[in-house]
Amino acid sequence: MSGTTRTDQPRGPAPDVATTRARLASSRGREFWRSLEELSGDPAFQDLLKDEFPAGASEWEDGLDRRRFLQLAAASLAFAGLSACTRQPLESIVPYTKQPEEIVPGRPRFFATAATLGGYAAGLLVETHEGRPTKIEGNPDHPASLGATDLFAQALVLGLYDPDRSQLLLELGEIRPWNAFVQRMQAALRPQQALGGAGIRILTGTVTSPTLGDQLRALLARFPKAVWHQYEPAGRDNARLGARLAFGEWVETRYDFSRADVILALDADFAVEMPGSVRYARDFADHRRVRHGEARMSRLYAVESTPTATGTLADHRLAVRAAQVPGIALACAAELGLVPAGSSPSLPADSKRFVTAACADLKRNAGRGLVVAGETAPPAAHALAHALNHRLGNAGVTVLHTDPVEVEPVDQTASIRRLVEDMRAGRVDLLAIVGGNPVFDAPADLGFTDALLKVPLRVHLGLEEDETSEYCHWHIPQAHPLETWSDARAHDGTVTVMQPLIEPLYGGRSAHELLSAFLDDPPRHGREVLRDRWRKRAPSADFEAFWRKALHDGIVPGTALPPRNVALRAGAIEEAWEQTNNSIMLAATSGIAAGGGLGEARDRILEVIFRPDPTIHDGRFANNGWLQETPKPLSKMTWDNAAYLAPAAAERLGIASGDIVEIEVEGRTVEAPAWVQPGHPDGALTVHFGYGRTKCGRVGTGTGFNAYVLRTARGMWSHPAASIRSTGKRQALACTQEHFSMEGRDLVRVGTLAEYRSDPGFARKKEEPPPKDATLYPGFNYEGHAWGVAIDLSSCTGCNACVVACVAENNIPVVGKDQVRRGREMQWLRIDRYYEGGPDDPDAHHQPVMCMQCEQAPCEVVCPVGATSHSSEGLNDMVYNRCVGTRYCSNNCPYKVRRFNFLQYSDEKTPVLKLGRNPDVTVRSRGVMEKCTYCVQRINSARITAEKEDRPIKDGEITTACQQACPTQAIVFGDVNDPSSRVSRLKAEPANYGLLEHLNTRPRTTYLAKIVNTNPDLEKGKG
Amino acid sequence: MSQIFHRSTNTLSRVSIYAAVFVLAGLTWVLMALDRSPYTTKQGIVLRQPVPFSHEHHVAGLGLDCRYCHTSVETSSFAGMPPTATCMNCHKLIWADSDMLEPVRASLRDDRPIVWTRVHDLPDFAYFDHSIHVAKGIGCVSCHGRVDQMPLMRQAAPLQMEWCLECHRHPEAHVRPRSEVFNLNWAAADQASLGPRLVKEYGIRSVRDLTSCSTCHR
Repeated sequence: MSGTTRTDQPRGPAPDVATTRARLASSRGREFWRSLEELSGDPAFQDLLKDEFPAGASEWEDGLDRRRFLQLAAASLAFAGLSACTRQPLESIVPYTKQPEEIVPGRPRFFATAATLGGYAAGLLVETHEGRPTKIEGNPDHPASLGATDLFAQALVLGLYDPDRSQLLLELGEIRPWNAFVQRMQAALRPQQALGGAGIRILTGTVTSPTLGDQLRALLARFPKAVWHQYEPAGRDNARLGARLAFGEWVETRYDFSRADVILALDADFAVEMPGSVRYARDFADHRRVRHGEARMSRLYAVESTPTATGTLADHRLAVRAAQVPGIALACAAELGLVPAGSSPSLPADSKRFVTAACADLKRNAGRGLVVAGETAPPAAHALAHALNHRLGNAGVTVLHTDPVEVEPVDQTASIRRLVEDMRAGRVDLLAIVGGNPVFDAPADLGFTDALLKVPLRVHLGLEEDETSEYCHWHIPQAHPLETWSDARAHDGTVTVMQPLIEPLYGGRSAHELLSAFLDDPPRHGREVLRDRWRKRAPSADFEAFWRKALHDGIVPGTALPPRNVALRAGAIEEAWEQTNNSIMLAATSGIAAGGGLGEARDRILEVIFRPDPTIHDGRFANNGWLQETPKPLSKMTWDNAAYLAPAAAERLGIASGDIVEIEVEGRTVEAPAWVQPGHPDGALTVHFGYGRTKCGRVGTGTGFNAYVLRTARGMWSHPAASIRSTGKRQALACTQEHFSMEGRDLVRVGTLAEYRSDPGFARKKEEPPPKDATLYPGFNYEGHAWGVAIDLSSCTGCNACVVACVAENNIPVVGKDQVRRGREMQWLRIDRYYEGGPDDPDAHHQPVMCMQCEQAPCEVVCPVGATSHSSEGLNDMVYNRCVGTRYCSNNCPYKVRRFNFLQYSDEKTPVLKLGRNPDVTVRSRGVMEKCTYCVQRINSARITAEKEDRPIKDGEITTACQQACPTQAIVFGDVNDPSSRVSRLKAEPANYGLLEHLNTRPRTTYLAKIVNTNPDLEKGKG
Repeated sequence: MSQIFHRSTNTLSRVSIYAAVFVLAGLTWVLMALDRSPYTTKQGIVLRQPVPFSHEHHVAGLGLDCRYCHTSVETSSFAGMPPTATCMNCHKLIWADSDMLEPVRASLRDDRPIVWTRVHDLPDFAYFDHSIHVAKGIGCVSCHGRVDQMPLMRQAAPLQMEWCLECHRHPEAHVRPRSEVFNLNWAAADQASLGPRLVKEYGIRSVRDLTSCSTCHR
């Protein structure tokens, strides 16, 4: 009954990387590992593995004295008998007074709309129950979605019902009506009329909305001296400037991965973190589906400065510091004869080999290759990538150039810098911040907040009362994207007219309505603004028909931007070459300039790399519990960010994961927990920005550290010289990494394309399943359907969209950091991540694991109350109302996919959260076991529909939530009794295998081994 | 040393040991009976409603079809409760100034819904779907009883799991022609031969399917 658990105690010293290396060198064949602790054979870790849940997971969390214990014991005894005897309370039925024509109570309806991230839209279909949005799906007709979404779109529903969203229009903390705000603005604009609006500044994020663009232009037409600034913390400045450097104009670039046989990614996480990445991931995966008889796939070379999803997919990955990326691009240019050989700086041997092999491959596949530079790579690298694509004939085939998608492309860093200068000089009378949180996320060296305070009238439109609203006179609650009339363009230019799913819950206003307050008297409703704009631009005479169709389909036809030919600007390559050399020189000298000197002091100078957080992005999702609790794709950390560094660097500096280090960049410091990340480039440090919010809701405030403090306008994505110092303090991090370990069996199986070609069944050889009759239990005949899932490990990017989709679909509760640390996370679907190879540069593999729905399920036979039992279609049904919480089933589950409600995790008290729950799934209470059901509510609903129509269920008619959200279609669900179903065909593939098949559980979920297409010229040296 | 207990205590203790068995059995029986009693199930109990609506009058007296009000019974899990506008289709002309109907008129006037008390209330972890039962030839009367004989609505069946399972185990005893689903008066001439034939014709799933936990619980 002790209050402390082992997880509270500090970890031992850093795993001994040297011993580990020796151990790996002595082993033969492929060896997989999950974490450095496991790899080093740390006895504490071995101890941790023995138990089903981590130590303390099932313990009472607070101290408990004898008296209190007896009280509780007596009470539980009394309640044990009585709990079944409750009478149901009376319930009401509240019908409509006048029922809307299309609504059938009890049946969900779907509406097309879109969500934007960084301005770029992805099409959505939103499921609503009697007017309440409950679940987000992708819009299959939308080019950036194709029916899938990313994890942020999945979490929109929780954001909509967030009880902490701002609900009141405030002037200096006093509640005001909208009209008072409108009058105040019009009074403020009157004197500006004479000045031409010289004192007006509007700050927005990236704008692709044609209507908002028109409104802003109308405002600038009326006030010609007013200025519109744009700033997006995770912005695309480098891509914009790189295109301008290459072509002399603003050019948008989009990629067609479905036609690319060889891909070189230069610090580009195109599979997860780019506008259009959901589509890119799908195209990429489609081109790599190795099936029996058609064993061909593309090859991906990834150069990256921090481990990313794209890096884990790569056939060859090169980890370098961010400062080295342009050098690699230049070396590629030299290899292809764009710049004279020898003009690039000398590269280390491994980089040289990599570049030579990749370029040879690109040359061999000229016109069928693709070079992509990431948002974080400097403009010169983008320009060189453009030049490479032109030289190779990829431009116009796999790399398409169009006019800009944005309304007004600008250098956003320069834009906010100019705004700060104007504010500091007192040239700004009225600043309207339309969305965004610049006080929190503007570059630290600009001094945005101090300058802001010089503005006499400051207005902030935002979803929450945040750091910025605190410094503004007026705060206008913003309508959530699901409550808003608007429009936005996708990465290819396709316009979606966004329609609201629900009236604003808290009276929020949209950006259109805010601007209308400046433009129109009286201000107009967002819907009218939008309709007026489109009425003028409707392609057909019948506006209403156009409007209804655009809303229904979720796309405006014919708005995708046509690709056009652009020519490289003369001197572009030379300029990029020079910029690259300059940056390399700067990086080389700044380490010394920062006081590095020699020896040990020099070791403490590292390059620092800034990235948006993989789950809460730039901080805007900090108050979203679903996203906070989603494990980061590689570290599996929840609720925190950390300073990631390479094992070798950690070894040199004597730092272990969880040690708090102080990072200093140009005199600004921040304290951050360190995390030793296998595969991280040595000499660098990655920090994710978005955490460390000081003013958001109850969920996000106080989580993590604020990395924006270190981020300057000159080093938006990396800074060459940060010094790092151990503080001697430690911080407990909530990682799901080591929980539920599977102890190094052949769980994830990987082979090269060559291996597959010579022996397609290589994955099955590792473990022969026992004969079907080797069991004491009576057999079970599945006469009708038999549901199963096949997961293609080659396609999984580890993007977590499925995890959040599962949480949203199945009413899975959020438990909080402390509970995650005790191993009590509740997500039914986890993505296991395995490493292979040495700790410095391992390959990483993702494996989604949910309930296997075993045909011979070990969980079923141990339940004393029959709460988990076999369905006629082979599901391991979980009956919550029978469960008494013995947890025997979880003890006996070899896959550790069951989750137990140790406490009352589902929030049953907050009324607004009830609106967002899926009414087709039971909300579980304390003391109940739960697990993946294969979305049985969807199976039942499809079956009822089919049976009413007197037809069989069609293949593909039922999709599980994880399958539907998956951008790469890695998960396929269906009837394994139907030999022609997609899932049956996948299970018949030679690369198909089950987890722990030797246990004879006959799992219904099986995996297709991961196939990588390695280049024989680049045989990887291990360790 | 004298005896503390009288000899008769021997008998008394034996009797009480025997009695304890009966007392425990009795107590168990009482609890089980209580669990199945209308006190728990609310079977046959008339609940207070804002308007004393008579199914007897509207169904038997006027001959309204069930689906006039319960519009989604064939298409949705929820049978549907009539919006106030449906009541007022007739009651703007008939009984237009009755005191009893004032809550209905007020509802339409103020656009405030009538709050009815749910009579047939399944627990939240049981997912019942009206549309599939209707499609498979289960009559309204099988669960709701002779609604046309109820001046005030009450729950006709206990609605407990054993009661549901009775039909899921023996659908042939309850299935009827689809044409007679809404006929409260219909009775099969020969259920024993009709039942199995309809089970086959309507494709009613096997008992093992119908009694799988996830058929109703999820």
